[in-house]
Amino acid sequence: MKRKRRIKRNKILGVGFCALVYLFLFLPISVIVANSFNATTTKPYMSWKGFTLDWYVKLWENTSLLEAFGTTMIIAVVSTLLATVIGTLGAIGMYKYKFKGKGLIDGLLYIPVVIPEIVLGISLLTIFSKAGIPRGMITLILAHVTFCIPFVIFNVRARLAGYDISIEEASMDLGANRLTTFFEITLPVLMPGIMGGALLAFTLSIDDVIISYFVNGQTKTYPLKIMESVKSGVAPDVNALSTLILIGTILFVVLTQGDLFKKSSKESGKEETKYEKKKHGKKVFVGNAFSNTVYDARRMWFEDWQYGNR
Amino acid sequence: MDKKQIKPALVTIGPVTVIMVLLIALPLIYVAVMSFCSIDEYYNVTFDFTLENYMRLFNADYLKIYAQSLGIAFITTVLCILIGYPFSYIIARTKSRRKKVLYMLVIIPFWTNSLIRIYGWRTFLGNSGWLNGILTALGIVSEPVDFLYKSGTTIVGMVYCLIPFMILPLYTAIEKLDDSLLEASQDLGAKPVNTFFEVILPLTMSGIFSGSLMVFIPCLGYFFVSDILGGGNTDMIGNLIERQFQSGNNWPLGAALSIILIIVTLLLVKVYQKMGGDMDALGV
Repeated sequence: MKRKRRIKRNKILGVGFCALVYLFLFLPISVIVANSFNATTTKPYMSWKGFTLDWYVKLWENTSLLEAFGTTMIIAVVSTLLATVIGTLGAIGMYKYKFKGKGLIDGLLYIPVVIPEIVLGISLLTIFSKAGIPRGMITLILAHVTFCIPFVIFNVRARLAGYDISIEEASMDLGANRLTTFFEITLPVLMPGIMGGALLAFTLSIDDVIISYFVNGQTKTYPLKIMESVKSGVAPDVNALSTLILIGTILFVVLTQGDLFKKSSKESGKEETKYEKKKHGKKVFVGNAFSNTVYDARRMWFEDWQYGNR
Repeated sequence: MDKKQIKPALVTIGPVTVIMVLLIALPLIYVAVMSFCSIDEYYNVTFDFTLENYMRLFNADYLKIYAQSLGIAFITTVLCILIGYPFSYIIARTKSRRKKVLYMLVIIPFWTNSLIRIYGWRTFLGNSGWLNGILTALGIVSEPVDFLYKSGTTIVGMVYCLIPFMILPLYTAIEKLDDSLLEASQDLGAKPVNTFFEVILPLTMSGIFSGSLMVFIPCLGYFFVSDILGGGNTDMIGNLIERQFQSGNNWPLGAALSIILIIVTLLLVKVYQKMGGDMDALGV
């Protein structure tokens, strides 16, 4: 009897503890969302003055903020495309060919993952200034491509681990040339890894503050625009935009990963073979890839490093 | 290499090699070179060899900031373990059908820009902020309490930003735990405390190690957290570097300061590798 009561007590303690942690995680988000409806008009826009939807209207008049958001999206799309293409090719090449200096490239790939972002930021700043490249859109894209590539490569590499290279040979034996084989065989098999890497690169790019802060010049991305206004007080229209972005992302996840909220599925992607995974189709995996944000990628990299590559 | 392979090899490996060499290796080497340079009266970098920047690193104010950074990073890491471990344990081992949702709920807050979220904390903790509003309304305090600009606030912000890096590897490690081992330990008469320290903890140590590395290192460089929440009272090494490259305009000194961060990173990665080796030997 006593034991039963103790188990019950522990369970309540556990649930309470987790609830507190979730409260901690969601507290600032709730503040942001609530503040986007705050009727206050005096800086620093902190105390609550009643409910309004004004900020959602004012948002559309704040052209510099919208412009910054547009810049962020352009940089994110371009860097994601470049990083995905370069990273995918690199991962395939490093898997298939042995060459001198392979270890060095491998080592270099780990640097953006472990080193504090500020070091990467200042080192790019110094080299851009030395090379005389004017800071702006170009340097931002170059910087974002650089720190995104390793994450794409680790994602694609995870996929390559189960890749049977003989199917490429089979394709060539049957008369396909190298390009056809690449587009018809290699690419489709690796697609989940590539998409996962691309999504991750996109997430990293739109969220980046520290590296962009050093290489931006006069170009303002959305996070940098926020940074500018932090000292004087972030206006609630920024909160309104952030709320809209958050709603957008959650909608995206619910739509792509609707099954998440319905059934409990203990199976994780790892237990499925690649062919089963392909059968399940695109919809499931995009959602999965999305839940693998940067945190997962870093973890994946550590596992890769711990168990595989050493 | 087969001659026929040279072209496809170049096409695939070429671009990534160029980027990694030009935009990772070269800049880091350049920073190392710059740390031995000085500046002229117009703040231009002049390429002569000097150890002056490194001498300046031992200035008493800086030493205080290093100690403070390491202290904050250490406390942040410990707090992340203390909060993250039980939390990950519960959500990784729950029988609830909503397990995946619980996991997603950890990630969702991080889809909002980190600056905005840190600013959310400021709005919550500020003098005219919400917490003070609530406390005054409830009559608990009569004057607003100064929550901001203390090392405690910076630590809250750091824990907040970095705790997913702890929770996610721990979650993975704990989820891999084999139930039968825990049952065996129990059947053989071990108390829950002993099972935890003798079985569970050693088996999930890899998660703690990688989590700690992923929390500790970025913490040293997150200058905007200490800027927004610590207001200059709780500077980290990151703030020092940032200032040299922006307002201070002394790039060589900033470069030398970055070298410290690089060395700390390398050391910790080495330690981690060493620990990781032991983990393999234990069969983890």
